[in-house]
Amino acid sequence: MHDWPLLSLIIFLPLVGVGFILLIRGEGETQNRNIRNVALWTSLATFVLSTLLWTNFDSSTAAFQFEEKLPWISAFDIYYHLGVDGISVFFVLLSTLLTPICVLASWEAIQKHVREYMIAFLVLETFMVGMFCALDFILFYVFFEGVLIPMFLIIGIWGGPRRIYAAFKFFLYTLAGSVLMLLAILTIFFYADTFDIPTLMTTRLPLEMQYWLWLAFMASFAVKVPMWPVHTWLPDAHVEAPTAGSVILAGVLLKMGAYGFLRFSIPLLPEASVYFTPLIYSLSIIAIIYTSLVALAQTDMKKLIAYSSVAHMGFVTIGIFAGNTQSVEGAIVVMLSHGFVSAALFLCVGVVYDRIHSREISDYGGLVHRMPLYAFVFMVFMMASVGLPGTSGFVGEFLVLLGVFQANTWVAFLAATGIILGAAYMLWMYRRVIFGELTKDTLKRILDLSPREILVFAPLILLVFWMGIYPEPFLDVLHESVGQLVERYELARIASENLALAGH
Amino acid sequence: MYTAAIFLPLLSAILVGFFGRWLGDRGSQLVACGLMFVAAVLAVPILNDVALEGHGQVIRIFSWIESGALDIAWSLKFDTLTAVMVLVVNVVSLVVHVYSVGYMHGDPSVPRFMAYLSLFTFFMLMLVSANDLVQLYFGWEGVGLASYLLIGFWYDKPSANAAAIKAFLVNRVGDFGFGLGIFGIFFLFDSVLLDAIFASAPDKAGTTLHFLGLDLDALTVLCLLLFVGAMGKSAQLGLHTWLPDAMEGPTPVSALIHAATMVTAGVFMVARLSPVFEYAPIALNVVAIVGATTAFFAATVGLVQNDIKRVIAYSTCSQLGYMFFAAGVSAYAASIFHLMTHAFFKALLFLAAGSVIHAFSGEQDMRKMGGVWKKVPLTYTLMWIGSLALAGVPFFAGYYSKDMILESAYAAHTLPGQYAFWLGIGAAALTAFYSWRLILMTFHGKPRADADVMAHVHESPKIMTLPLIVLALGAIFAGYIGYEFFVGHGMEAFWRDAILVLPSHSAIQDAHHVPAWVKQLPIAMGVIGIALAYLFYLFAPKLPGLLAGRVDGLYRFLLNKWYFDELYDRLFVNPAKWLAHGLWKQGDGALIDGVGPDGVAAATRDLARRASRLQSGYVYHYAFAMLIGVAGLITWFFIGEMG
Repeated sequence: MHDWPLLSLIIFLPLVGVGFILLIRGEGETQNRNIRNVALWTSLATFVLSTLLWTNFDSSTAAFQFEEKLPWISAFDIYYHLGVDGISVFFVLLSTLLTPICVLASWEAIQKHVREYMIAFLVLETFMVGMFCALDFILFYVFFEGVLIPMFLIIGIWGGPRRIYAAFKFFLYTLAGSVLMLLAILTIFFYADTFDIPTLMTTRLPLEMQYWLWLAFMASFAVKVPMWPVHTWLPDAHVEAPTAGSVILAGVLLKMGAYGFLRFSIPLLPEASVYFTPLIYSLSIIAIIYTSLVALAQTDMKKLIAYSSVAHMGFVTIGIFAGNTQSVEGAIVVMLSHGFVSAALFLCVGVVYDRIHSREISDYGGLVHRMPLYAFVFMVFMMASVGLPGTSGFVGEFLVLLGVFQANTWVAFLAATGIILGAAYMLWMYRRVIFGELTKDTLKRILDLSPREILVFAPLILLVFWMGIYPEPFLDVLHESVGQLVERYELARIASENLALAGH
Repeated sequence: MYTAAIFLPLLSAILVGFFGRWLGDRGSQLVACGLMFVAAVLAVPILNDVALEGHGQVIRIFSWIESGALDIAWSLKFDTLTAVMVLVVNVVSLVVHVYSVGYMHGDPSVPRFMAYLSLFTFFMLMLVSANDLVQLYFGWEGVGLASYLLIGFWYDKPSANAAAIKAFLVNRVGDFGFGLGIFGIFFLFDSVLLDAIFASAPDKAGTTLHFLGLDLDALTVLCLLLFVGAMGKSAQLGLHTWLPDAMEGPTPVSALIHAATMVTAGVFMVARLSPVFEYAPIALNVVAIVGATTAFFAATVGLVQNDIKRVIAYSTCSQLGYMFFAAGVSAYAASIFHLMTHAFFKALLFLAAGSVIHAFSGEQDMRKMGGVWKKVPLTYTLMWIGSLALAGVPFFAGYYSKDMILESAYAAHTLPGQYAFWLGIGAAALTAFYSWRLILMTFHGKPRADADVMAHVHESPKIMTLPLIVLALGAIFAGYIGYEFFVGHGMEAFWRDAILVLPSHSAIQDAHHVPAWVKQLPIAMGVIGIALAYLFYLFAPKLPGLLAGRVDGLYRFLLNKWYFDELYDRLFVNPAKWLAHGLWKQGDGALIDGVGPDGVAAATRDLARRASRLQSGYVYHYAFAMLIGVAGLITWFFIGEMG
C-alpha cells in the first residue's frame, strides 16, 4: 500500500477517465449520458482514492509525505517530484471533492459539447491536484499555468453573453503575473542550482535578491488570490462562467495564490515576507472593507458572492502574513471553508439560474414559498459565509483575527469590521431573494430542489457543520507543518529586528 | 441530568425542524412542549444540587478548537449563576412554548415556529453554561440567529424582514467589540478559559495593553470591549435601536427572547466576568453610567409610545439599564436577582399584551383599544399583577429586586453610583406612569375600536391563560422567595464562587443599612407615577393632548425616540450606500478596469483578432502564448548553459 504511487494515481486517474470519454460512441442523449456517468464515476473514484491521503497521513511530522521522485529533464536537473504535507493535503482533497460535485451540478445545465466540457473538468482536476502536490518548481509551474487552459475554455465556451471579454480579462491578468513568477523561478535556479522545493526551503537567499523575488511572486499570487486592486477580473469571470466553473474558480483557483504565499513566499523568502508584511496588511484591509462595501451595491447575485470572496481572501492573506500559529492555521481553515462555502453559494445561484435564467436579485423574491428546502440550504451557507459560530466559517475567521490581534491590533480592528459588513450584504441579498411575498409570475411555478441537487448540497452541508463543530481532524493535520513554517518565519522576524537595531 | 437539561431543546429543534412535516402541527407542539417540560423540570434539582448542595461542576463534551496555546472544548460549566439562568430560561421557555400552542393556532408554519423557539432555548443554554469565552460567543451569536429568524418569522412582511436584519446587524456591531475583547483576553491571559482568566486577573490588574497605537490599562480596555458586546445584546443606549423594531416578531417571541432571556445575556456576561470587571473600576463606572442613562432614556421614550408592545419593549430596555448599573456598582447579585424577577413579570406583561392583541383581532395600537376590562377580566388582572411587579409596588417581585438595586447604587457612595441612583429614582416614577398609562389606555375609557372588533373581544383560551397564571405566580412570589438567597444573608452560601466582589466594593452589604428615605423614595415615586397616570388618562383625558401641544418639541423628541434611527441613517447607513456605489462604479469600474485590463485588453484583442485569422478557436491563442513562454524558458536555459 505504501509503495503505491498514490499521488500520481490521484493526479492521472482523471486523465484515464478522459481516455474513456474519448472512446464513447453513440447517439445524442445516450452518448451524453454515458459521458456524464464516466466523468462522475472517475471523479468519485479519484475522490475516494484521495481520502487515503488523509487516513494514512502521519500528522506527527512536518515532512513531505507520499513522496515520489523521478528524473524528468535531467539536463536541467528537473524532477518529477511529488509530495504533500499538512498544508497542501487538504487542498488536494478540496479539489477532488469539488470535481464530482461540479460534474453533478452540470448534469442538466450543460447540453452542448458535453464531451468537451467533461474533459475540460477532468483535465482541470489533474492540473489542480498536480499543482498542490508538485515539489519541483518547473513541475509546479507547468501545473500552475496548466490550470488556466481548461478554465479559460470553460468560461470562453460555456459562459454567458460576455464570456469572451471575461475570459480574456481572466487570462490577461493571470498571465501577466505568471511571467514574472517564471523569471523569479529561473533566478532562484541560477542562484541555488536546483528546482527542488524542499531543498530550497532550507536554502537562505541573499536579502537583496529576496526582495525582488518576493515582488515577482507577489505579482503572480496577488492576481490569483485576488488581492485589491488586481481583483476586477474575478467578478466578471464569475458572472460569465457556468455554475460549475464558478465553483472551481472560487473553490480551488482562488486558493492557488494564497497557497503560493504559504508554500513559497514565506518559507523561501522569510526576510522579504517580514519586510513586505505591512504592504500585505494594507492591501488586505482595503480589500476587506472596499469589496464588502462594493458587494453591498451589487444587483447581480454572482457578482455579490464574487466580491465577498475577495473580502474573505483578505482575511486569508492577513492571517498568513501575521505569521503565528493561530493566524496561519486560521488562514488555511478560512481557505478550506471558503472553498466549499462559496462553491455552495455559487451552486445556490446556479439552482435558480437553471430555472429562471436570471442572476438579477430583483428578478427574485419570496422563493421560500415555493422552495422551502432551498431556502434552508441557502440559509446554512449564508450563515457559514458570515461566520456564525458552529459553522466552518467561524473557526477560520476567529483564528485569523485572534492571531492577527497578537501581531497588530489595528489590523485586527479594521479587519473585524468586515464581519459586520459581511453580514450586511449577505442578509440583505437573502432577504430580497428568499423572503417577501411571491408576486412575480415567472416564479409562481418554480420547483424546489431535485434529488440530484440535494445530493450536490448534502456533502457540503455536512462539511460546514463538521468543520464548525469538530474541526479537530482538520486542525490536527495542520499543526506540525504550520508549526515549522511559523518557527522559520519567527526566526526571520527576529533577524530583521536585530538588523534594524544594528542599523540604528 | 445536566447534559439533558441543555441538549433536550436541541433535540426538540432538530426533531420538530426536520420532521415537522410528518409530525404535523399537533405532533410538533407535543414533542417540543414535552421535551421542554422535561428540561424545565430537570432545572430544579440542578439548582438545588449546585447552589444549595454545592456540587458545581464542569462537564467536558469534546474538543472544539485547538491551535497553538488556544485549547477550547465544548463543555458545560455549572455553578450557581448558570443554574439560576438555566432555571429561568427553561421555565420561561416552557411557558412560552405552551402559550404559543394557543397563540399561533391557525398559523401555516407551526412546526417551524416551535423549532425556532427550541433552537433559541438551546443556544441560550449554551451561552449560560459556557466554560470559556468562545463558547459564550457561540451561544451569543446563536441566540442572535434565532432572534433573527423569529423576528422575521412572518417573512411576507417587509417590516419584519427589515427588523430582523437590523437586529442581526446591530448585534454584530456589539459582537465586533465582544470579539476584540476575546482576542485581547487571549493576548493578555494566553487562554480563553474562564477559570484560567479569573485566576490570573488579579495579577494583570494595572498592566498596560498596546491597543490601536495607545498604551492603555489592559483590563479596562478589555472590559469595555466586552461591554460593547453586552450593550448590543442587551439593547443599551446607542445600540438599543433594534429592540423596539424587534417587536415585529410574534408576541411569544417578544416575551421569551426580547424580554425574559436573550436581552439579559449582556447582564449575565458582566456578572459572569465579575472577577475581571472587579479589577477594572473605570470600566465598572462606565457600565453604571451607561446603564443608568439607558434606564432613564428608555423610560422617557416609553411615556409616549402608542404601540402596546413598543411600550413594553422600551420598558425592557429601561429595566436592563437598572440591571447594568447594579452590576456597575458591583451589586452583581442584585442585578441577577432583578434579571430573574424581571424575566417573570416582563414575560407576563408581554404574554398578557399578546392576549390583549389576540382579543382585539391583531390590533396593537392602544389608541384603538379601551373599554374592555370587564370583557377580559383575567387578562386585565394579570396585566395588573405584571405592572405592580414592574412598578416595584411592595411585596411584588419587582419591589425586592429593584429596591435592592437602587439601595446598592446609593450605598456605593461613588459619583456614578449617585448618578445611577437619582436617574433610577426618576425612571421608577416614569415606569409606574407608563405602565398605568398602558393599562388605562388598553382597558378603560370608551371603546375606540370599531364595532366589528369589539364584538369579537374575548378572553383567550386556557392554553394561553394557564401559562400566564404560572408567570403571575412568579411575578408575585419570586422576589419574596429569592430575596434571602440572592441578596440577603444567605447570599454567600448561595453564590459561592460564581460571583466575585472585592471586599472594598460592598454596595450590597451596605445597602441593608441605608437611611429609611432611600428605601421609601422608590415606593413613593411609584405611587406618584400611578396617580399621575390616573389623572391623565382616566380623570382628565384632555390633559395629555394639551401637554403634548404645550411642549411639542419635547413630545416629538420622545415620540421619535430621541431621533436615534434618523441619526444612524445619516451617519452610517446612507454614507455606506453612497460609498458602496461610488467604489463600485468609480473605483472598480472607471479607475482600476479603465486604466488596467480594459485598456490593455483592447490592444490585445486587436492582436488576437489578427491571430485568429490564422487559426480559429481560443485554444490556439493560449497555445500561442504558452509557446512564447516555452521559448523564453529555453532561451534562458541556453544563456545559463553558456554562461
